[in-house]
Amino acid sequence: MTVPVRSNSYRTGPDEEGHFGQFGGRYVPETLMPLILEVERAYAAAGRDPVFHAELKHYLTHYVGRPSPLYPADRLTAHFGGAHIYMKRDELNHTGAHKINNCLGQVLLARRMGKTRIIAETGAGQHGVATATVCALFGLPCVIYMGELDMERQRPNVFRMRLLGAEVRPVSSGSRTLKDAMNEALRDWVAHVDDTFYVIGSVAGPHPFPMMVRDFQSIIGEEVREQMVKAEGRLPDVLVACIGGGSNAMGLFYPFLDEPDVTLVGVEAAGHGIESGEHAASLAGGRPGVLHGSSTYLLQDEDGQVIEAHSISAGLDYPGIGPEHAWLHDAGRVRYVSATDQEALDAFTLCAKLEGILPALEPAHALAHVAKLAPTLSRDTLLVVNLCGRGDKDIFSVAERLGVEL
Amino acid sequence: MSDAPPRGRIAARFAALAQEGRGGLVTFLTAGDPDPQTSAALLAGLAQAGADLIELGMPFSDPIADGPAIQRASVRALRAGMSLRRTLDMVAAFRQQDQQTPIVLMGYFNPIVRYGIADFTAAAGRAGVDGLIIVDLPPEEDAELRRHAAAAGIDVIRLATPTSDDRRLPLILEGAGGFLYYVAVAGITGTRSATDAAVADAVGRLRNHTSLPLAVGFGIRTPEQAAAVARVADAPVVGTALVERLAAGLDDQEQAGPQTAESVLDLVSQLSSAVRSARA
Repeated sequence: MTVPVRSNSYRTGPDEEGHFGQFGGRYVPETLMPLILEVERAYAAAGRDPVFHAELKHYLTHYVGRPSPLYPADRLTAHFGGAHIYMKRDELNHTGAHKINNCLGQVLLARRMGKTRIIAETGAGQHGVATATVCALFGLPCVIYMGELDMERQRPNVFRMRLLGAEVRPVSSGSRTLKDAMNEALRDWVAHVDDTFYVIGSVAGPHPFPMMVRDFQSIIGEEVREQMVKAEGRLPDVLVACIGGGSNAMGLFYPFLDEPDVTLVGVEAAGHGIESGEHAASLAGGRPGVLHGSSTYLLQDEDGQVIEAHSISAGLDYPGIGPEHAWLHDAGRVRYVSATDQEALDAFTLCAKLEGILPALEPAHALAHVAKLAPTLSRDTLLVVNLCGRGDKDIFSVAERLGVEL
Repeated sequence: MSDAPPRGRIAARFAALAQEGRGGLVTFLTAGDPDPQTSAALLAGLAQAGADLIELGMPFSDPIADGPAIQRASVRALRAGMSLRRTLDMVAAFRQQDQQTPIVLMGYFNPIVRYGIADFTAAAGRAGVDGLIIVDLPPEEDAELRRHAAAAGIDVIRLATPTSDDRRLPLILEGAGGFLYYVAVAGITGTRSATDAAVADAVGRLRNHTSLPLAVGFGIRTPEQAAAVARVADAPVVGTALVERLAAGLDDQEQAGPQTAESVLDLVSQLSSAVRSARA
């Protein structure tokens, strides 16, 4: 395996062809290649343009509400009796999740490129809502692809997207979840290369998307760094984030990759348990392969057919993972663990009762791991968990699991 | 190992077509659709019905460049137990009977990665596969596959599209093997059709850049459309129309009946006679 790392840095990837070691790349139909290359050039140009940065900062500050707080969760800390737990409150962003950090960046880029139509895929609906929101803000027509199963699980977000003026197109193929929504969005893009920009919601897809989404989400980790130094006079010791495609985790981890004393932990969705085969843990239960434009770890059978993922959380219900995570996994820089549906539900209710915060089921997986990890750590350990989304959208699924009729 | 050197079949077929002064017909069906037996029977009958080159789809769970008809073909084939290994077995069985008709496998990269790239190309070469079209493997990513395919005597066929501008074409053509596949519409299979004039324009432009034979696919559904392509290019590719014909012959349980294969082969015959007389 070739490793793109020069010197001792984990922050130099991807290489010019979009590879993180053996992962990443651009595995798309030829029709899309010129457009993908154009996105790459436009993104590089935007990165050099102070006007782009100023515009992004303006909306992140005054529209999204950044910086999000770094909150010392004292009741949870006392409950677990170990590490000092901080929550990065990205669920307080406008639209209720970290997704909008990336949507703003990509839609501003699409505008610079003269694209007049936006498409996106969504699983939990958070990325769809964020994309629909930014499109409403800029008056752009917006089509959101969403698996039929996810539409059932996330009814409030479907309605929200429609209120925002987006067209939500149900996807009935395959497992009718996030993977299939992404297939359909790619098919749309191939057929509308002239006017359309595909706002990919995670650190997935062909180069330059994994890099670009990571960069737009890195504001999470940059803020944590500054806020923790201000609060405690030093860097945090442990960072914990959930992983579906892995954008909130990548955004939290990236600014800390070259801090050897900061432990990074990514939490995949173990569904009914890794051993049950019904899970969404691509690293724990998958093998390297190629899907949706990049080479990465995938849940797949012996014949290379992609297996349907399972998670109570629609946002983690994806059989792949961002290629940079695949590389960080193999390089050993980030520790990847998993939490089951039940563990996430327990963490969800605990967080609601102890902190007065309904976390989304996605970060409830990160909290579930904190429940295991925090008690084993000393009281002077600074642990940050990324609360990347709020749980209002999940109350129907949670009620169903708790046997409550709403 | 078959008698004819594998590298030769695609080139030999296009040379023969040029000699005859006619266009060729390329047919696409998904391997194992709707079940391995019917699919094998179809494969055995295609050349007789007038297919000059055979494209065989390798079923995949997530075919991002395909429209609903070919997506459903993949689902049917996979449900019936098709796999990449069985696809190669099917080609090997076909080669026992037919040493001449080129077979090109078309599909997505992941099953090949899972099989092992070198193992796959070696097995495909032994089975009698002549070419590979991997739709999610652009020139930027296909070096490893091309290296192993070359060692097994298999051409990796490159795709050009309406979005392939003069800056990109040289990259596509450098290392293109067998023939060039022109995707006539920017989109997925089985949706829109390009106008005859647009195809003629594109073919003219491509001829300025390459001497490879040119096949044109996507949106070619009728004998008339196939004939129009055969007048300007070396071969039209018809896929979705055949897959839809096959699907129309299935019962409520998506099982093949006695007429299923025959009705597909009838359409192949009609397409073939239109293509054969196109330049007359």
